Amino acid sequence: MTAEQRSAPDHEAEVRLEQLIGNLLRAGVLLSGAVVAVGGALFLIHYGGTTREYHVFRGEPERLRSVPGVIRAAWTLDSAAIIQLGLVLLLVTPIARVALSLIVFARQRDRLYMAVSATVLALLLLSLFAGRGVA
Amino acid sequence: MARTTGGLPPCACDIVTVAETAALIGAGSFAAGFLGALTGLGGGIVIVPLLTVVFGVDVHYAVGVSLVSVVATSSGAAAAYVKEGYTNLRVGMLLEIATTTGALLGAYVALWIAPNTIAILFACVLLFSTTQSARPHPQGAPEDSDALATRLRLASTYPTPNGPKRYGVRHVPLGFVLMFIAGVLSALLGVGSGSIKVLAMDRAMRLPFKVSTTTSNFMIGVTAAASSGVYFARGYVDPVLAFPVMLGVLAGATLGARVLTVAAPRTLRWVFTAAMVALAVEMFYKGVRGTF
Repeated sequence: MTAEQRSAPDHEAEVRLEQLIGNLLRAGVLLSGAVVAVGGALFLIHYGGTTREYHVFRGEPERLRSVPGVIRAAWTLDSAAIIQLGLVLLLVTPIARVALSLIVFARQRDRLYMAVSATVLALLLLSLFAGRGVA
Repeated sequence: MARTTGGLPPCACDIVTVAETAALIGAGSFAAGFLGALTGLGGGIVIVPLLTVVFGVDVHYAVGVSLVSVVATSSGAAAAYVKEGYTNLRVGMLLEIATTTGALLGAYVALWIAPNTIAILFACVLLFSTTQSARPHPQGAPEDSDALATRLRLASTYPTPNGPKRYGVRHVPLGFVLMFIAGVLSALLGVGSGSIKVLAMDRAMRLPFKVSTTTSNFMIGVTAAASSGVYFARGYVDPVLAFPVMLGVLAGATLGARVLTVAAPRTLRWVFTAAMVALAVEMFYKGVRGTF
């Protein structure tokens, strides 16, 4: 009984964190889905009648594979870049989730799980922003 | 395309437009997401075989696009699960160190691995996943943790009809190693590796089954985000392929999750499992013959 009482505020904080994370994930997926849908619709309007090769891997051009490149190209209403922007938003969603957990653990002064969240966050940022550097 | 679109006459291969291909891939992805959610196998494991075997897409594109759709479905489902209070955020966060490290490694080496090898590996993981999901799960999680899990404060509670029930956590190092492997395979094959994650938590770490599956789902989004970041930066994520796949899988998985709460479709599950086994055999055969 005493153990449960001690963990009560901890438990409440955890429930709040769960609610926050749930809302964040839903918002991120909905937003990225909407952006991808707009980009996809624009792409089909412009290029829907053309043909395309899917069988051979060629790699995407620079403007469609780096975060700054995608943002610049999407700004000019390049439909393929708008799709990529939606996908970047999607990839940022779990990253934001980890960042949120880091903040919550910091508020609880939970050093151990602050370090754990920070490590995961660093690995994720490394992949998205330095993905090619290590290759 | 003539072979892959079945009903169309052979000459149609050259006049299949981007819009038609997008519609076909979107419909296929919708079905994959729907059945994946309904059977608990996840949509991701169907996308790579669908794109490579049925649509003849290059395996690099297929894996990159599949990973993105895995992030979408996992995040969508996790949003709902996390609020129910089954997900163990500490266990998830701790093991994400292992899965993301594995995912980064897997994504870097993927380029040097021949498509045929990927096909064989995929077939093995596919077979493992289907047999794994058909096996009964160990009952009765231990209430107390071992020394390391206690120091890491991993024990938690999960909701039951009789109020919250306590559970302990065991064998963290073994779980960590299995999660690293799950991360590597996820990045190489473009799947969520949910079955290996559940194996690590359910069998090795002795977490209650519902906690294992929801925490696994929670981790899949972060794991796949790590590897798809690398795929994206290297130009493996094709927008024209990604948009019908992502939207299709997401819509299918959302609908599948709704239906799931209404009925437990045993027959459908078997049909789907049989289809997965057939795909696995096809990929294995092609991989061994070197024609993938």
